[in-house]
Amino acid sequence: MLTAEDKKLVQQVWEKVSGHQEDVGAETLERMFAAYPPTKTYFPHFDLHHGSDQIRGHGKKVVAALGNAIKNLDNLSQALSELSNLHAYNLRVDPPRFSSQLLAQCLQVVLAVHLGKDYTPEIHAAVDKFMSAVAAVLAEKYR
Amino acid sequence: MVHWSAEEKQLISSIWGKVNVEECGAEALARLLIVYPWTQRFFSNFGNLSSPTAITGNPKVRAHGKKVLTSFGEAIKNLDNIKGTYSKLSELHCEKLHVDPENFRLLGDILVIVLASHFGRDFTPACQSAWQKLVGVVAHALARRYH
Repeated sequence: MLTAEDKKLVQQVWEKVSGHQEDVGAETLERMFAAYPPTKTYFPHFDLHHGSDQIRGHGKKVVAALGNAIKNLDNLSQALSELSNLHAYNLRVDPPRFSSQLLAQCLQVVLAVHLGKDYTPEIHAAVDKFMSAVAAVLAEKYR
Repeated sequence: MVHWSAEEKQLISSIWGKVNVEECGAEALARLLIVYPWTQRFFSNFGNLSSPTAITGNPKVRAHGKKVLTSFGEAIKNLDNIKGTYSKLSELHCEKLHVDPENFRLLGDILVIVLASHFGRDFTPACQSAWQKLVGVVAHALARRYH
């Protein structure tokens, strides 16, 4: 799915936001909760107010996992294997093709906000493909 | 009928007031064709769509993008009757154009990303939320008359 060019672009874009990665995580989640209220049902135990420590903390985790995936684009299945188990058996978040679409959309918006014109159609396409690949791996063990 | 809070209406119109419809429309449609290449199936008579550069520069893509976003403007003028506004267009997309409504959702999401890249920090989470709602309502209205 991901061409060599796509992989390069995804790595490039991630580098562009290195240093802001924590903010990216928190903002992505915040936007997801604001735009798609049903996603909050998975976090009844969280303080979901703007700036909450729990959102920051969780955003950091998500971004670290994505960063790890980006370092292992040639072997996503293995890199995300544990997370795949976690989502399938413990978290049981609705099939990643739904939740990842929403999370992916919000991540794209955050990247677009930060990069403006530099968020080119080519980068947009590569990130979209990357997030689809991540979603597919996370969904592998659902049933 | 969809309920819009005063805040949502304000967030939508304040962004819309600053949108260059021609530029944004062209960009959104170009991105649809680039990010989801299978959507090119509806535009076989548009000429050269062979690369992102070709698509972005294609005058038919630009013109059609402008048309599509102009129509969005109608929805924004008629937030309380988006269903009615899009009734004929819905029939057209079903009966003549044969467009799978999933594509409306894809274009809507892309439009939100284009706005985010143009407006940066001004495109706040609350803004995004109002606009995601709007593109969802428009997509729903366009799909409504399908049979």
